[in-house]
Amino acid sequence: MRVTFTVNGRQETADDVWEGESLLYVLRERVGLPGSKNACEQGECGSCTVYLDGVPVCACLVAAGQVEGRQVRTVEGLADGDRLHPVQEAFVECGAVQCGFCTPGLVVQAHDLVERVPQPSDAEIREALAGNLCRCTGYEKILDAVRLAAARKAAAP
Amino acid sequence: MIERNTLRQGTVPDRAPREITAPGTGGVGDSPPRPDGTLKVRGEFAYSSDLWADGMLWGATLRSPHPRARIVSIDVAAALAHPGVAAVLTHEDVPGRRHFGLDHTADQPVLAFGEVRHQGEPVALVAADHPETARRAMERIRVEYEVLEPLTDARRAAFDPSCPPVQPRGNLVRHQPVRVGDVDAAKEAAEVVVSGEYRVGVQDQAFLGPESGLAVPAEDGGVDLYVATQWVHNDLKQIAPCLGLPEERIRMTLSGVGGAFGGREDLSMQIHAAMLALRTGRPVKMVYNRQESFFGHVHRHPAEMRYEYGATRGGRLLYADVEILLDGGAYTSSTMNVVANAASLGVGPYVIPNIRIDAYGVYTNNPPCGAMRGFGAVQACFAYESMMDRLAEACGLDPITVRQINAVSQGSALATGQVVAAPLPMAEMLQRAADLPMPLPLDASDIRDLPGGVSQTTRGEGVRRGVGYAVGLKNICFSEGFDDYSTARVRLEVVGGRATALVHTAAAEVGQGLVTLQAQIARTELGVEQVVIHPADNGVGDAGSSSASRQSYMTGGAVMTACRAVRERVFALAAARFGRAYDDLSLSGGKVVSASEGALAAIEEVLGDAVVEEVREYHHAPTERMDPVTGRGNSHTQLALCVHRAVVDVDVELGLVKVVELAAVQDVGRILNRLSLEGQIHGGSAQGLGLALMEEIVITDGRVRNPSFTDYLIPTILDMPPMRLDILENADPRAPYGLRGAGEPPTLSSTPAVVAAVRAATGLPLTRVPLRPEHVTGIA
Repeated sequence: MRVTFTVNGRQETADDVWEGESLLYVLRERVGLPGSKNACEQGECGSCTVYLDGVPVCACLVAAGQVEGRQVRTVEGLADGDRLHPVQEAFVECGAVQCGFCTPGLVVQAHDLVERVPQPSDAEIREALAGNLCRCTGYEKILDAVRLAAARKAAAP
Repeated sequence: MIERNTLRQGTVPDRAPREITAPGTGGVGDSPPRPDGTLKVRGEFAYSSDLWADGMLWGATLRSPHPRARIVSIDVAAALAHPGVAAVLTHEDVPGRRHFGLDHTADQPVLAFGEVRHQGEPVALVAADHPETARRAMERIRVEYEVLEPLTDARRAAFDPSCPPVQPRGNLVRHQPVRVGDVDAAKEAAEVVVSGEYRVGVQDQAFLGPESGLAVPAEDGGVDLYVATQWVHNDLKQIAPCLGLPEERIRMTLSGVGGAFGGREDLSMQIHAAMLALRTGRPVKMVYNRQESFFGHVHRHPAEMRYEYGATRGGRLLYADVEILLDGGAYTSSTMNVVANAASLGVGPYVIPNIRIDAYGVYTNNPPCGAMRGFGAVQACFAYESMMDRLAEACGLDPITVRQINAVSQGSALATGQVVAAPLPMAEMLQRAADLPMPLPLDASDIRDLPGGVSQTTRGEGVRRGVGYAVGLKNICFSEGFDDYSTARVRLEVVGGRATALVHTAAAEVGQGLVTLQAQIARTELGVEQVVIHPADNGVGDAGSSSASRQSYMTGGAVMTACRAVRERVFALAAARFGRAYDDLSLSGGKVVSASEGALAAIEEVLGDAVVEEVREYHHAPTERMDPVTGRGNSHTQLALCVHRAVVDVDVELGLVKVVELAAVQDVGRILNRLSLEGQIHGGSAQGLGLALMEEIVITDGRVRNPSFTDYLIPTILDMPPMRLDILENADPRAPYGLRGAGEPPTLSSTPAVVAAVRAATGLPLTRVPLRPEHVTGIA
């Protein structure tokens, strides 16, 4: 089948898509956006989190055909050119990135949190990120990063 | 210009690893940003599963459903006839040696023949135009098995000679005894005797980036391999004979590694993808899914441990009588070394005058076990720390005091007779852990703070708080006489008007931050800001494995040594330029500096058009094999301690545990990069917490019951508590910059500390990990 959708503001068309393919597969293997990660492909780890019409979802759980005509935003679409989003900047700065395989999903999920909630409490951060597994960091530096990004966002004019 | 990677012979795939310029200006002791950090947060860092090449095929692996069976026949005709399939391979298609392995035993078949020895053993390979085509073709491969009774009981494998042998050499991989003094005589003298039997379940590394990679056939008949591994050169040493190729015709490039933790020390898809690429003449990509990943790598050895300690009434240890049984599963992997660690560190960081340890590693038809963070030492640490708490209770002592009374320190001897050469201030570290401020008492008003979080069904009536302590002792770098070294190539030249250092090693960046440290070392040693990190590949000498907490020490040492050799040549250039010799030069702040005369010139000015390049190997002090009868020997080159204090809230009625806080005191010799270091301690502690409370591959009759992240649980951000760290810097004078390896020690002690805290809350003995609700409530 053919799937046409908008990703990071650009219209993409994927041809010869097998009906069983996920949005994750189409992003990674058909439209050249492998930033969303394939850690479990069963909706448990959150590493493939993308926005679908503005709502964070696991791209591995979305069938390719479901995105026809819809808007997808991936981790590749968060920075403004060379300028990182405050969440991305804070992840690098705070040491929230080690192997980095969970990072794209966490960055999208944290992006959603700081865009929705101006000054999230630690409990709110933990709840928002509870669906994103990280095996390297023990999450401490990830909390630091989200706190810093939220604080910077609040301080920005 | 900085050179491009010139190793590759075949088509260069999209997103192949490239040189990265390290950002920031930080040297040793600073925390500059990771060179790969920006790429990773943008989703642009290329992992081994992200590679892509024109015309590439997808490889897939057919695995045995049986823990043990004889292969009667394999019929691939229907699979081969399936549209879109380019190749179907079995053991008959292995071009060279049919076995590989980490160890000299090399007992693992590339593809099974004759017999399958564990569930998930690779039997056949498919290459097809789409992963789904490959999967469907696999369903059409007909393998006729004669199912056999699997041997799954490690105790029988060790001690019952009537068991059928899993391997031709029998069922014992290694028995390593340790004998000190006279345990039988000490038993007569002991005033207090405590004993216990402990079990550790099978833990999985659960790295997030699945086994994956791309094999590209090359014009010279060889292959370019882009893979995620912990040890490029050891992969190569195993791959080449199986492919029947000389090593020179295999170009290995480390692609982005999504975590490792020991699970990438053994080969997974490397030979398979190369075989498919060589057969089809096309690039072949293989990516395991999560379920396959649980079968695609070794796990942490499960252990059964029997301990008996005798002591004076005052709590001074007199003897230890210990048996440690480790199930290595069907193939050798790292079991030899795991047994050595369990034996040499079997009683941990305690001075005991009489010791009898017998550590066994066995073959069974369970899934193979091998390297995972802290191997051998993790299992023993759970037992010996549980024993120390038991001894404290029997003697009426607190857990800190009983450990301090028996603690090793610089100059004391370990069980192997090895004298601790460097500072090891364990008694002080325990005190510091005990003196750290305590977290606030439970406020039950917010359900999210209760054990179980929002799934709590009570108001916290059954919640009890507990505090527990534990210490772990880990060997750093490879032990037992292994010629352990790393190699670095460092080049200094002027690029675009700036003195630029290129650092090239084969060392695997697996997330730990070695690439950051390499740039820091180059800046400190060469006084330049601009450092470029070359992709890790086999175009340079062996770096050894990213395991045993050894890369800061070994590859850090190699980069330091190579930089110093480069520096000497820059000094020679300076002497030539100024027409006289100096004996007080250094490179600092981008300048060649004389201690007596100040800055002489910019490094760029001294270098001119010169390209200064040096390659150096770094070896650590030699070690010895353990004596096969007594276990004596200076088997380790460096030892490291971590102390944990765990504070938990336990719902003793529901069997739920919430870790309120985890505090760690660790001596790292010298802090090279605080940000990375803290990340290692946090992450290592998290994996230990996981082993204590949730992580277990459940295996019944040789079959894995929970190969998914739905059923194999690793700690989430809700499970991990805030951590308090106290990092000490008592330098090891033999190590580069005085450093002490830091990645593994926290994984040892956090498990027994959490369990000790749960014991304190429940009053239950709790002798196996991970704890389950039925253990915590005392109903099982």
